[in-house]
Amino acid sequence: MRGGGMLHVAVATRAFRRYSTYRAATLAGIFTNSVFGIIYSYAYIALWDANPTAGGYDQQDAVTYVWLGQALLMTIALWGGGTTDDLAERIRTGDIAIDLYRPVGLVGWYLASDLGRAAYHLLTRGLGPTLIGVVVFDIALPSTVVAGLAFAVSLVLAVVVSFAIRFLVASTAFWLLDQSGVKVMSGAFAIFFSGMMLPLVLFPGWLGTVANALPWASYVQVPADIWLGKHTGTDLVAALGFQVMWAVVLLAACQGVLRLATRKVVVQGG
Amino acid sequence: MTPHQPLIDVQDLGRSFDVRRKVEGRRRRSRESVVAVHDLTFSVDAGEMVGYIGPNGAGKSTTIKMLTGILVPTEGGVRVAGLDPSRDRVELARRIGVVFGQRSTLWWDLPLRDSYDLLQKMYRIEPARYRQNLARFVELLDLGDQLDTPVRQLSLGQRMRGDITAALLHDPEVLYLDEPTIGLDVVSKGRLREFLRALNAERGTTLLLTTHDLQDIEALCDRVIVIDHGTSVYDGSLAGLHAQGGSTRTLVVDLVDEAPPVEVPGATVRRVEGPRQWLSFPADASAAPIVAAVAAAYDVADLSIQEPDIEDVIRELYSRGA
Repeated sequence: MRGGGMLHVAVATRAFRRYSTYRAATLAGIFTNSVFGIIYSYAYIALWDANPTAGGYDQQDAVTYVWLGQALLMTIALWGGGTTDDLAERIRTGDIAIDLYRPVGLVGWYLASDLGRAAYHLLTRGLGPTLIGVVVFDIALPSTVVAGLAFAVSLVLAVVVSFAIRFLVASTAFWLLDQSGVKVMSGAFAIFFSGMMLPLVLFPGWLGTVANALPWASYVQVPADIWLGKHTGTDLVAALGFQVMWAVVLLAACQGVLRLATRKVVVQGG
Repeated sequence: MTPHQPLIDVQDLGRSFDVRRKVEGRRRRSRESVVAVHDLTFSVDAGEMVGYIGPNGAGKSTTIKMLTGILVPTEGGVRVAGLDPSRDRVELARRIGVVFGQRSTLWWDLPLRDSYDLLQKMYRIEPARYRQNLARFVELLDLGDQLDTPVRQLSLGQRMRGDITAALLHDPEVLYLDEPTIGLDVVSKGRLREFLRALNAERGTTLLLTTHDLQDIEALCDRVIVIDHGTSVYDGSLAGLHAQGGSTRTLVVDLVDEAPPVEVPGATVRRVEGPRQWLSFPADASAAPIVAAVAAAYDVADLSIQEPDIEDVIRELYSRGA
């Protein structure tokens, strides 16, 4: 495992470097996130003026939630994409065969790569909007060290859960040759059920219950609530446990799908 | 005494795929099973150099995929180095190397050296052995000036040599080569073949080579397995293949002046076009006496020899067998 660990660090580092070559795109992205952050902030301010305790959030919580959402958007690759797009492309062209000839598990390899990507996006597309949120909208920071550390852990888990879902979406290319239809559909689910569009705490009744149990809740709602200090003590452990549970289940599903693919389908080309 | 254990052991191997096909006049698509490989049996001993040939779609890459474990057989069994490839894919991957003429296993955006560093970690190659292997292959394959060049900027020949080095750094017992010389110029082809021969001689690496280039086979392989329609139709020496397939080589003679069809023993004229004539003779016969006989009797401006097309030989072989 020691050698394997070193390999995965090298893979992550390489992905980080690869993404860091797109500087102009990064700056444009930060600008876009900030514009959306400002628009959403004013909308939420109006909403919480009308109902100052909606979903158990006060107005500062709500605005903070907006900027966290913008910061997480690219970090967790909510729309899909990231290194799993490379995977889908390699399945389509048949280059996936080369990945399968290597003495490394495919899931771990791509996960390491995606974590490297996420680290880059966190430091740029994540940190950029957060700073603007702090300066312009005076958003809340984690009130305790525990909340801050737990947020960091939760963030990594959010990337892992999102990665696993994107990996499953990309794997559909084994059967469909192209992931794009499924990717669009999955992106629509993600934006709704992650709480990106509207915090899940505002979802009424059974819809709220269901949304909070689905894996997408790990994307934005759970990390944001940890940041805001809504989870403490055993509740905090349960929130992280929820993310761990989905991460394990979905990564296992990735392994299963991969096994099925080598059993049932043609890997394209020689 | 333990029984003799071949390195690659293929027994009654088969693979079929379910495909759905639209049938005229029916609303639902019907399921159909397409057989890619069927009833395939062969074994390869350590240190052999085997040509695995057949026309496009014969089942060559399907076989290689099963030998390397990325495809699970639907019938029969495979063992490579005592392992079940599809079950022990990751473990087996450490002991084999794969080279594709038309695909790179290197990372497009990385310099060669960085790709190799990644491979060292991936295969957990001991640092001393890694340095030694890298130095040796870089010298033999003349890659010294390219080590810091990103793969996307390499020429096809350089990339190919880079890929071969990548496949060998971990001292694989078996090297699978899929069309390794495709697209290379004559000099590069020659150098590559020479390198592979030396590799086999020095390290005893087993080579399994798929190719459409008969000269690859002639230069490297003592043994040829021909596959067609998913099953083996010939397994033996190259000379034997030519004899069985009744294949011919062609001597193209450019005479100084136009002449009636030349008459020399052991060859027959197939075509005449002005001063140029095409003579065919059995592929396992030597060209030397025929060339000598032609040169002795006629004024010859130029001579060249065309090798038989392997696909023709196989087609001939198959149509007889069927």
